[in-house]
Amino acid sequence: MLAVNFLLLAAALFAIGVYGVIARRNAVMVLMSIELILNAVSLNLVAFSLMTGAIDGQVFALYVIAIAAAEVGVGLAMVLMIYRNRKTIALDELSEMKG
Amino acid sequence: MSAVILAADSVNVAQNVAFGIIAAIMIFAALNVVTTKNVVHAALWLVVVLSGIAAQYILAAAEFVAVSQVLVYIGAVMVLFLFGIMLTRAQIGKEFGLNNKGWALGIPVALGLFGLLAWVILDAFGDDILPDRGPAPTVALSDQFLSIYLVPFLAISFVLLAAAIGAIVLARKD
Repeated sequence: MLAVNFLLLAAALFAIGVYGVIARRNAVMVLMSIELILNAVSLNLVAFSLMTGAIDGQVFALYVIAIAAAEVGVGLAMVLMIYRNRKTIALDELSEMKG
Repeated sequence: MSAVILAADSVNVAQNVAFGIIAAIMIFAALNVVTTKNVVHAALWLVVVLSGIAAQYILAAAEFVAVSQVLVYIGAVMVLFLFGIMLTRAQIGKEFGLNNKGWALGIPVALGLFGLLAWVILDAFGDDILPDRGPAPTVALSDQFLSIYLVPFLAISFVLLAAAIGAIVLARKD
């Protein structure tokens, strides 16, 4: 199996996730796209771990999984708070801080 | 690309076929996540992508990471997402206005990024063949966690604790 298989798949997932972050207006959908990006990165880490034979890549992938879990928890709590205060989670309507 | 032909006789065919099928399903599902008009469907397509990633981990001989992926992402994170969707909207079914006004800008950005990444990857790792190593022993993983990665391991437990408390404080009423 070639290393580029995994790396190209991860690059495609990363690009799709970036598209989602740019295109989506709903905050929950943006969080989902961020999950796509994080998963692409950890797939890369595991592929490099297989390529070099060092297990550190898998350790890093587990750290990424833990950080992603924390990120989703805090992110969705923030989205819930915004929804409770504003009755919307459309990102382009949250523009009070715009100069 | 000549490496693909050169490597053809030393390549495990079943592994490649499985990789191709799972990868195609994952790309299709990921495109659906970012294009569907229904938020709940997007969450369910995300489950397909995450399961595909777990399957790719097994193909890459990382079974502990694959099991963690299933437990954490499909078990916990997806439930959080579904809770988030249900608590922030009442509308069931198709929804309009899920995309930004400038959503079309995302297409050239994503294509350009993928093109750049693919070029760099093919240039740097185009000839590298992944060796058949067999599954990575979980003992080796835990040895790493409890020796040189001990401090980051403790730090990440504090991060998770802080995130849990922070999420409760943020989402609590009044």
